[in-house]
Parts: sequence; structure tokens; C-alpha cells
Amino acid sequence: MSNEIAPLTDPGLPEHVHRKSDVDPLAAKKAERQVGILFLLSVLGTLLFVFSYVGIEEDVFIFLPVMGSTNAHQLFLGLGLAMALFFIGMAAVHWAKTLMPDHEVIDVRKEQRSKDEDRAAFVATVKERGGEAGLGRRPFIKRTMGLALGLVGISPILLLRDLGPLPENDLNTTNWAAGTRLVTDPGNRPIKPSDLEVGGVVQVQPEFPAGKERHLDDIAQDSVLLIRIRPEEFNLTPERLSWTYEGIIAFSKICSHMGCAVALYEQTTKHLLCPCHQSTFDVTRAAKVIFGPAARPLPQLAITVDSEGYLVAQAPFNEAVGPSFWGRDSQ
Amino acid sequence: MGFISKYRRHRFAGPLLLLAGLLIVGFGYTVAQAASEEIALTSSDKATLIAEGKEIFARGCSSCHGLNAEGAGIAPSLIGVGAASVDFQVATGRMPMADMSQQAMRKEPLYNEEETAALAAYVASLAPGPAAVTNEELAWERNGDTAEGGELFRNNCAMCHNLAGQGGALTQGKYAPTVMGVEPRHIYEAMLTGPQAMPVFSEATITPEEKLSIIKWIKHAESEPALGGAALGRVGPVTEGLLAWTLGLGLLIGVAVWLTTKAR
Amino acid sequence: MSARERVAGQVANYVDERTGAAKWLKKTVTKVFPDHWSFMLGEIVLYSFIILLLSGTFLTFWFDPSMREVEYEGSYEPLSGLKMSAAYASTLHISFDVRGGLLMRQIHHWAALIFMAAMVAHLMRVFFTGAFRKPREFNWIIGVGLLTLGIVEGFLGYSLPDDLLSGTGIRIAEAIIQAIPVVGSYLSYFAFGGAFPGEMFIQRIYVVHILLLPGIFLALITAHLMLVWYQKHTQYPGPGRTEKNVVGYPLMPVYMAKAGGFFFIVFGVTAFLGAVASINPIWIYGPYTPGQIGAGSQPDWYMGWLDGLVRMSPPIETHAFGHTISWNILIPGLIIPGIIFTGMALYPFIESWMTGDKREHHLLDRPRNAPNRTALGAMSITFMLVTLINGGNDLLATHFDLSINQIMWFSRIGVILLPPLVFVITKRICLSLQRADRELVLHGRETGRLVMLPHGEFIEVHEPLSPQRAFTLASHEQPAAIEPVLADDNGVRNPKGAKAKLQARLSRAHSEQVAKPTTKEILEIEDHH
Repeated sequence: MSNEIAPLTDPGLPEHVHRKSDVDPLAAKKAERQVGILFLLSVLGTLLFVFSYVGIEEDVFIFLPVMGSTNAHQLFLGLGLAMALFFIGMAAVHWAKTLMPDHEVIDVRKEQRSKDEDRAAFVATVKERGGEAGLGRRPFIKRTMGLALGLVGISPILLLRDLGPLPENDLNTTNWAAGTRLVTDPGNRPIKPSDLEVGGVVQVQPEFPAGKERHLDDIAQDSVLLIRIRPEEFNLTPERLSWTYEGIIAFSKICSHMGCAVALYEQTTKHLLCPCHQSTFDVTRAAKVIFGPAARPLPQLAITVDSEGYLVAQAPFNEAVGPSFWGRDSQ
Repeated sequence: MGFISKYRRHRFAGPLLLLAGLLIVGFGYTVAQAASEEIALTSSDKATLIAEGKEIFARGCSSCHGLNAEGAGIAPSLIGVGAASVDFQVATGRMPMADMSQQAMRKEPLYNEEETAALAAYVASLAPGPAAVTNEELAWERNGDTAEGGELFRNNCAMCHNLAGQGGALTQGKYAPTVMGVEPRHIYEAMLTGPQAMPVFSEATITPEEKLSIIKWIKHAESEPALGGAALGRVGPVTEGLLAWTLGLGLLIGVAVWLTTKAR
Repeated sequence: MSARERVAGQVANYVDERTGAAKWLKKTVTKVFPDHWSFMLGEIVLYSFIILLLSGTFLTFWFDPSMREVEYEGSYEPLSGLKMSAAYASTLHISFDVRGGLLMRQIHHWAALIFMAAMVAHLMRVFFTGAFRKPREFNWIIGVGLLTLGIVEGFLGYSLPDDLLSGTGIRIAEAIIQAIPVVGSYLSYFAFGGAFPGEMFIQRIYVVHILLLPGIFLALITAHLMLVWYQKHTQYPGPGRTEKNVVGYPLMPVYMAKAGGFFFIVFGVTAFLGAVASINPIWIYGPYTPGQIGAGSQPDWYMGWLDGLVRMSPPIETHAFGHTISWNILIPGLIIPGIIFTGMALYPFIESWMTGDKREHHLLDRPRNAPNRTALGAMSITFMLVTLINGGNDLLATHFDLSINQIMWFSRIGVILLPPLVFVITKRICLSLQRADRELVLHGRETGRLVMLPHGEFIEVHEPLSPQRAFTLASHEQPAAIEPVLADDNGVRNPKGAKAKLQARLSRAHSEQVAKPTTKEILEIEDHH
């Protein structure tokens, strides 16, 4: 097993060296005083804490180097607590180190394994008692018990069913419909193409009929980013080009990778960057992925203007927005 | 001098001397800077202003932007960018650029307020564009709303400039700079003109009042004192994790080493 | 007998008559613990856990785990009038309208970061010293379980305030759930009670965060400690220390004072951080809404490696028959972490199989004396560090004038190339250190003193090591590699020959050592002098 030739002989535990406090009563007295002082520092900490709680108003600020103007209430409350706790610990440890016995003690270790006779006795007991229950001889009980125990787990699992509704077609749909106006978020103002300059962006939501409230679930699906560039800079298929309006193009703001809001638009490169995982999309090529982990372009919303000249959706999104899921049908 | 020679070799002497030196330099710098900002705008004659601007432009800008600001391969046309854009780019020191290979960054401006105004007047005279604003015109302290500004900031700015306005990374080494310590008028002009990679936020999509609210929030974030202690750069969990490992665990391991060494 | 002793005696008698505790306590108070700073890492974890329980309980008195929309009317003016969830509003309330609330929040969060950091440091100590070997494999597995749960628990706590940063984290977690093939979107709808973000999630994870997981933690930590107690602590090799004993200080009074004191020290340091360093300033981040985001959105550090893995993943999805499988989420988000944690849990068994070593070990290895294991550990740490760096690539980019694209490519390549490289380098370093030890034991310590011999030659005087030190450096075992059994005595081929060969190869790699000096060699050298 081992290629030991002749192991070194164990010289045994080194001789115990006495501490100063063991031999010199003056040093011991000094250590005792130090421990006492440490405990008193803790008391000081508690006093500071109580004083800060009662005496320092919450809107008092003091200037400190590095930290700048700092809330004195919070700072001294914390420092007081830290002192109160820390010095109890220091005192206890210092006490243990200097004044408590420091002779190393040797304890014997036993093998974890039980003795053979204990093992044998245990096995015999289990066999005997198990036999008395007679499970082995009564297969009907064994099988029905297995069945019952196996099935009883169904109830709690079934109880979890009402945790939430089934997704149905929910993930494939948004509140965008043909003719829905684009409104600013926040502000809820409809937008005219002239409101948006070349190089401009604006985050929009679908306009809701009066009385309908916008929930976070809606924002999580509906958020759209409008970007305006020069129309000649587009590099789109004729169909996708027809989804834009005078250089204004609309993409879902929800990342096709993991659903973060993709909104870092670089006017110079016409790139959109997601801050979470750095997927980069090229706006001129219908948000084609040019870097990062996202595998699909951002869904594009077809837009146009209505009779009053406000921007509206031509049609709902033609694909599911947000991260992929099993039931997502993407060609 | 006996006092000095006595403490000269003290172990704190070096660090203290260094600290004193730094303080003096810092103080002197602050005073000098304050003095340079006191130059008031005096020129009133518009035509002379434009002529003056044209001259400065020919000297300092035309090599890249073309003699008539029509642009060249390396620099864009400035026709129609307006005075706002000039004021932002020149007064924040971004233009003229020192190093074309890098993103234009905020630095000590090359031209003073007067020269900047002249340049702006000249560029504005080429074609209409957004006008420059002054800090006095922006009544953000009165007309802004901090809470609304924060909401707008998180919607439109935080994705690039970070939730606390500390700036953030863009693609290929570009970055959105911090918005801390920027003059209100420059914040306003940046939103209006979309400098460099930044998109334009027009007056229709973010109204002037909303822009003032954004400024008010930024100014609030800038001056907010440390409510919970050192801010750690306000860049979120990365510095927090670093501190937990270094200072937190470091201190504790230090104590553990002390705790387990034999006392003498 | 003084009055005090009489009262104490009566109380002790009362308790013992009902519990028989004296017998057990008698043994317990003399229990021996070896002393070494690295043995305190686990204690930091334990104490941080207690701090988390205490500070967390305080926070529950005011926290309202509800996603009900409220209008903020508290004292933090820059958010007043905004619509937000009750969870976020109550977190602001704790921060600004409860005295000491912000301090407690910060202590809770710092304690969580230190809890996880100390857990990882403790894990590294156990790994590199071989403390996981028989009979401690169960405890290793419990430890891996605690680490996994710690990550989940930490993430849930980070998510509770429902601020813009943590909401983004939940959004990403939801995307991972949704990516699970076949059942993903169902699981997500069940977890969130409908479409993301819904109105149920915070209150559900709240119960998991403050009741379910802490309960499991308590049970596992108890089991972990009971096993340490029962199996007795491992110790570093040294004079007087053998596989059959444990050398250290007794529980009473030394360890009671030291360990008890250390609890206060850990609490004190955490409170200090809570006092001077701001952590998770949610009031700056604003309330969560899915349409907003901040640059540099990161998870806490113990999730950073996961985020980094997701970032560096190549953009692969499979679309077929109307179904989508997101490999770009599944591989970095579930499959690789699954492999890492399973591999980690199984490592004691893998190593025991590789070396064929089935004996009990109570003496720790010095990391250099197990070069292969140390190299494996260094390799794993490198993998984690590269992914962690990529998790913060946007901040690295802005603070060190780099580009996120460069860092991403560095990580994509580095995560594959660097770990094996580090493996090789670490192993070589370990062997060099072994060689240095050997030299030290054989020839002693260089003193830097030059002496001229009578015939004019200069030599440097070497001072022999103390026998204690020499023993410490050279008492370790150097097991030989196992030989594969390819055929039995009758020449019948071993049906498991391939497996045996693999095992033998791994064993050879594992037993690569610089031969340590033996007594004989030492004696020979001494004769020369």
C-alpha cells in the first residue's frame, strides 16, 4: 500500500512553554487588567449605542473623510453596537489565551466502526423483530402497503395545482392590437412621428381604454422601444420595412434571452445592448443578434399612423415576446 | 526647528507629510478653478459674436469638421446641430477631442465661456437647431419633481447611466459616463441633442418640465449624503461582494489567527 | 460550602434527576478541540447564521411581504407619491422610519455575504486538506447541501425588497424556470401565480426564506455539528499527533471562552460593516417594474459566477416541431451548475476510488502533499473565478478601460483553457514545494552564514531542523499507485479491465510525489557531517 521505508520517529508533543502570565504574577495581573479594560470598552460601546438611539436625531449628518457626509444616527448606532459586541469577544478570547490553562490535552480517538459483536447483535435483532412483523411472509400486505404509500404522495402534489393558472396562450399574446395607439411611458401621451427626432428613442406602452389599469404583468409583456433613424440606413426585408414608419422602428423592449429590459441604444452604431447579459442587437437589421447569448432577434412591432396622425400598431406582435419557452413556436 | 527634527524620523512623518502636501495641492486647485469660472459673458453684439466664433472655429475645429462645418470623414457635419450641442460638447471639454481613438470624455474645457458662446453662435447661424440653455433659465429647483424625475430617470437613463447615475459600459469599449457633477444645463442639452452614442430625447417625448424633474433627481442623487455608510461607488453588489471577502472575511481571519496563536 | 455553591448544587441536582445530563456533560466539558485558524472558518459560518436569524427576525417585525400596490408616504422624500409594492414600501419604512432598522438591514445583508464567503472558504479548507475523507463523507455531502441551499436562500433574500435590481434578478430566475423543457412555462405560472411578475411571488418566497429554508438549515447544521462532535475534529500533522488521538484544548474553559468570544467578534465585525458601509441601498434603485433596468445589474457575489456563465454562453436555441429549447439558458443556468454540484458532492467517493484508499483519516494533508487534489481544487477555483469575472464584466470594462466584448471573449476562451493550465502549474508547484521540504529536512535551514573550510573552500552553514519540524515535514504517507488487475491468476481476462486501467492511471496521477526523506537518508547525511 505504502512505500514507506522507515518513517521518522515521532518526537512527541513539544515541551510546554510557560507564558509570562503563568510564571510572573505581575504579568498575570496585567493580563487581568487588559481583559477588564476590554470588557469596559464593550460597556462604552453600549453607552454609545444608547446615547445614539436616544440622543442623536435621525437627520444629523457629519462629514467624515472617505465616507463624506454621513448620517450620524445610523453610524454611531452601528459603531456602538459593533464595539459592544466586538470587545466582549476580544475580552473573552484574551482571557482564554492569557489566563486560562494552555496545556494541550491529548484525547484518544476510537475507530468509527462498531465492534463486530455489536454489529452481529444488531443484525440478529433486526432479523428477529422484522420476522415477527412477518412482512416477508405476507406479500399481500407488502404490496398494498407499497401501493398506499406510493399513492398518498399524490394528494399534496395535487393540492399545489391551484398555485397558479395554466399558461394557455398567455405567453404568446400582448395587449397590442391593430390600431392600438402608442403612448409614452410614463406620461401616457400619444405620439406623432414628428415628436421623435432622428437619433431619438422613446419607451412606449399600448394605450389602454379609460378605466383599465396598467399592471406590472402588462408592462412585462407590452413594453416597446421606438427608435428613429434615417430610413436609408435600414437594411430590412420589404415586409419588415413596411412595418416601420418614416424611419421609426419599434421593438419589444423585453429581451428575447431572459426578459430584461433591452434599452441601451447607441445612436452612433444603431446597436441595442441588454445590460443583463450583454446581448447586442442591430437595429438596422431588424434587431439581429450580433453579440452575446441571445439567440433570437427582438420581436418587431409593425407600426403606422392613424387618421389623426398618431402612431399606432398595424397588427399585434407576430411572435411571442420575452424569453423562450417550450411551447414557443418559432420558425 | 528642533520640533521638526525631533519628529522627522517618526514613523508617521512620511504619511503625514504626504497628506499635508495633497491637501495643499487640492486646496490650491479648488481656488484656481473657482477663479477661472468667474469670467462673465460680456459680448452682446450678435454679429461680432458670430464673426468671432467663425474665427475660433477656423482655428480650432475646422481641421476635422471642415472649413464651413460641413463635416469630413473623421467628424460629422455640424450644420443644424444647434447651439445646444456646441455648448454641451465644448463647455464640458469633450470638444475639441484630444485623442480620436477614444470616446470623447469630460475634461477641463479648452475654451472659456465667452469663446464657447461665440462658437455656439456661429454654428447656430449656419442652420436652425436647438438653442443653448443657461443654468439660470432652468428652474429645476422650483419646477422639478424629484420623485417623478427618478421614475423618468429609471425609464430613460438608468439603463446606460446606472440606477444611481454612476455610468455604465456600452459595446466595444464605449461607455455611458457618470451624470454626477454635471451642470444642469449640460444635462438638459445632452438630452436635447443626443451627444455621441446617446440617443435624442425630444421635447415632445420628454417634456421640458419632465427634463427639469430628471435634473432635479440627478442633483438629489448627487448630493444625497451617505445614509447607510460609505457608498462603495454605488455600483451594486460587485463592490459589496469584494468588501465582504476582503474587509469582512479578512478581518475575521485575522482575528482567528490571533485567537489560535499561543500567548507568550 | 458557600451559599452560592449550595444553590448551584440544588439546581444541578434538580436538572440531573430529571435528565441525567451529568453523565453526558462530564464528557462534553472535557472534549478536546485542536487549535488552528483555518478551523475557525466553519465557526464564522455558524455565527453568521445566528446573526442572520437574529437580525432577520427583527426585520420581519416590519416587513410586509406583499406585492399589493401602495403609494409611498414615508419619510424618504425622493420616492414620495410613487406607486410601489408594499414589500418595497415596508423595506423603505424599515430603512428610514424604524430607528436602527437600516443598521439591522445592513447587518443582515453583510452577514449573508460573509456567511456565504466563509462557507466557501471553509469548503476550500476542507477540500485542500483532505478532511472530507473517510469517515467524513456524509458531512461533506451535508456541507455541499448547505452551500446549495445557502445560494438559494441568499438569492431569495436579495429578491424580497422588490426593488428594481432584485426584480431584474427574479425576472432572470423566471426565464430559467421557463426554459425547462416541456413543463417550464407551467412551473413558472405555478410559481408566480400567473404571468410574471404577478402578485404572489414575494409572499411565497418570503415563507421559504424565513421558515422553510432556515428550518432545513437548522436541521442540517445540527447534523453537521453532531457529526463533527461525534467523529472528533481532524488535526494537522505534527509531533505528538497521530491518527489515533486528537491534541488540543478542552471545551471548558478554553474553548467555551474562545468560541463564545469569537461569536461576539463575528457579530461585532458584521455590525461594524453595517455601520460604516452601505449595502443594497434600495432607495436609490427604485421600485421594480419590468420595463426599467439599470446598467451594471448584478446579483450578489455567490450568484455572480452563474450570471457570468449565462453571459458567456453561445447563442444556441433549438427550434423544432413548434417547440423551443433554449440551450443558451439551460446549459449555463442548470446543466453546468448541476454537474459542478453533483461532482463536488461525489468527490470523496471519486477520490477514494481513484486511490483505492478505504482507510479512516483524521490527520490532515498539507495541500502540497496531495498535488493532484490540490491541482484539481485550484482548477475548479480558476473556473469559478473566470465566470465570476465575466459576471462583473461591465464594471470591469468601465473601471479598467476595457470593452465588455474583450472580457467576454477572454472569459469564453479562458474558462476552457485556464483551468487545465492552472491544474498543471499547481501540480508542479506542489511537487517543487515537496522537493523544498525534502531539502530542508535533509540539509537543514540555510543560515546565510559563510564559513571557510581549512582547505580554503567556502560553505554556507546549514542549521539542522528541530526534530519536531522535521517530523512535521516528513511524517506524511506517500501511498504507491495501485496496479490494475487485468487478468486473474489463471489468465482469465478481467471483465472490468478498462475500468481497472482507468483507475490505475488516475491512481498513478494521484500518487505522483517527490519521495520524502526517510530516517535512513537522514542518518546517512548526519554521518557525513
